[in-house]
Amino acid sequence: MSRLQGRFHLQQAGFTLAAEFDLPAQGASAIFGPSGAGKSTLLRCIAGLERSPGGYLRLGDELLQDETLGIFVPPYKRRFGFVFQEPRLFSHLSVHGNLEYGYKRVAPGQRTVEWQQVVTLLALQPLLARTVSHLSLGEQQRVAIGRALLSSPRLLLLDEPLASLDEQRKQEIIPYIQRLNHELHLPLLYVSHSLAEILPLAQTLLLLSHGTVVASGPLLEVCSDLRWADSLGALAGAVLETRVASHDHDFGLTQLDLHGQPLYVPLQNAAVGSELRVQVLARNVALILEPPTSATSVLNVLQATVMEIAEAAVDQHAVQVKLDVGAPLLASISRKSLHTLALVPGQRLYVMIKAVSMG
Amino acid sequence: MLNAIDLAPVWLTLQLATVTTVVLLLLGTPLAWWLAHTGSRWRTPLEAVVALPLVLPPTVLGFYLLILLGPEGWLGGPWQGMTGSPLTFTFSGLVIASVFYSLPFVVQPLQGAFTNVGRKPLESAWSLGARPLDTFVTVVMPLARRGYIMAAVLGFTHTLGEFGVVLMVGGSIPGKTQVLSIAIFERVEVMDYATAHLLSIGLLGFTFVVLLLVYGMQRGERR
Repeated sequence: MSRLQGRFHLQQAGFTLAAEFDLPAQGASAIFGPSGAGKSTLLRCIAGLERSPGGYLRLGDELLQDETLGIFVPPYKRRFGFVFQEPRLFSHLSVHGNLEYGYKRVAPGQRTVEWQQVVTLLALQPLLARTVSHLSLGEQQRVAIGRALLSSPRLLLLDEPLASLDEQRKQEIIPYIQRLNHELHLPLLYVSHSLAEILPLAQTLLLLSHGTVVASGPLLEVCSDLRWADSLGALAGAVLETRVASHDHDFGLTQLDLHGQPLYVPLQNAAVGSELRVQVLARNVALILEPPTSATSVLNVLQATVMEIAEAAVDQHAVQVKLDVGAPLLASISRKSLHTLALVPGQRLYVMIKAVSMG
Repeated sequence: MLNAIDLAPVWLTLQLATVTTVVLLLLGTPLAWWLAHTGSRWRTPLEAVVALPLVLPPTVLGFYLLILLGPEGWLGGPWQGMTGSPLTFTFSGLVIASVFYSLPFVVQPLQGAFTNVGRKPLESAWSLGARPLDTFVTVVMPLARRGYIMAAVLGFTHTLGEFGVVLMVGGSIPGKTQVLSIAIFERVEVMDYATAHLLSIGLLGFTFVVLLLVYGMQRGERR
């Protein structure tokens, strides 16, 4: 399996990037981390838009950059598509002209995507004849994605492509990005500080904090690994793969099947039987030794087994606990509660889930 | 009355302004691009040099150009060795002098336009596979078109009104170096106010109309 391997060290005003990574060059990988972690800078290094002394990048068996050997393939020869935070369409060209810009620069025999395929995939037909200034921001970003695709990239880099859009527009574009990955088999590298965006998309996660790579690996594993919970802070929480079991329109709920246990979430627009990834933030999980005897407002009470308890620093009030609910789940509880409940690995208890986040 | 006027200075002036503008756009583009993008410490001194003709008395500029272009000069010497003819008091000499004289009027609008275009469209074009020269022609130039129009018009009209430098370097040889502003000066010297008026009002009107059109166009485009 071909991989994308790199090493970049970049010193900027008040910020240092020192990142080394090794990612599968297929499927979708997400570069995730808090704002200011250096995610965009890393992506720009990969694209060749930022030059770093000692920078190194290899895609499969092709060496794209090794500054120690004086090798630097310029961005216009890397064949990496780039979708920026803002659409950055060429204002002097029409929508058609923008889409055509990269397309024309690839010899017909070398094209990996066809014009009509992209126009259909991103529903661009009604926009073609328009001028850029007459498009909404969401439409512009769709054109920008199409423009990048039509240049037949071998890797598509997306730098928070939804950051400039409102919630509704985001929901409008996410399915298109999912389809890129599934239908065009184009490897994606997606930068985001929002796990909700990454959740339905990525298989691999590169966790970046203060300019360095904290963790990297399959999304589900990284998210439920106690070691990284601290650097994720409030974002820590396991990602669960579920299946839509049924919809309850009276109460506006969807019942998900989590390895045999029911999980209730607000009504989802997804077919019964389809797969759905959800995240349960560690801070939204409470532990209780016996099932609640009286009624509770918490909908989701699941059986669980304690797997692992993180070493907690003495000065910290919170402790991360890893549980098994059919899949790994993280809980963040106070050190005092840990003491009161006298938790030990292997212990059976119940988790009360206060909120479930959806992709 | 009109037939009595010698139109040679008018044609010569238009010719000089056209050639100078073309040369300036060709030379000014890389210079302005470099000034807009470099981080070099030579940038500021060079910007100051480019701006010199804005404030320097044309006679000072003309004086040094005369020395530079003269048979003993750095430029005039080799030129005479190659072509057998001097640079001073010729049309070619006038073009070189005008290029220096009108340099800031072309370089500054271009530099401003390139700075406005910024780095972002370049990055988009590169990521779409366009090489730097390709990017410049297909993205930067169209986006900087207002700067180009401004540079061409200012360079052209400024060269039209050139006087001091021409007098120093070109003198006033009818049909060869006698441009409009010099012809006007000479008409005034011999008290031929009628002709001086006609030539002056022509130059004034023409320049005004060109500037009016350009400023109007810029405003219209901004809407």
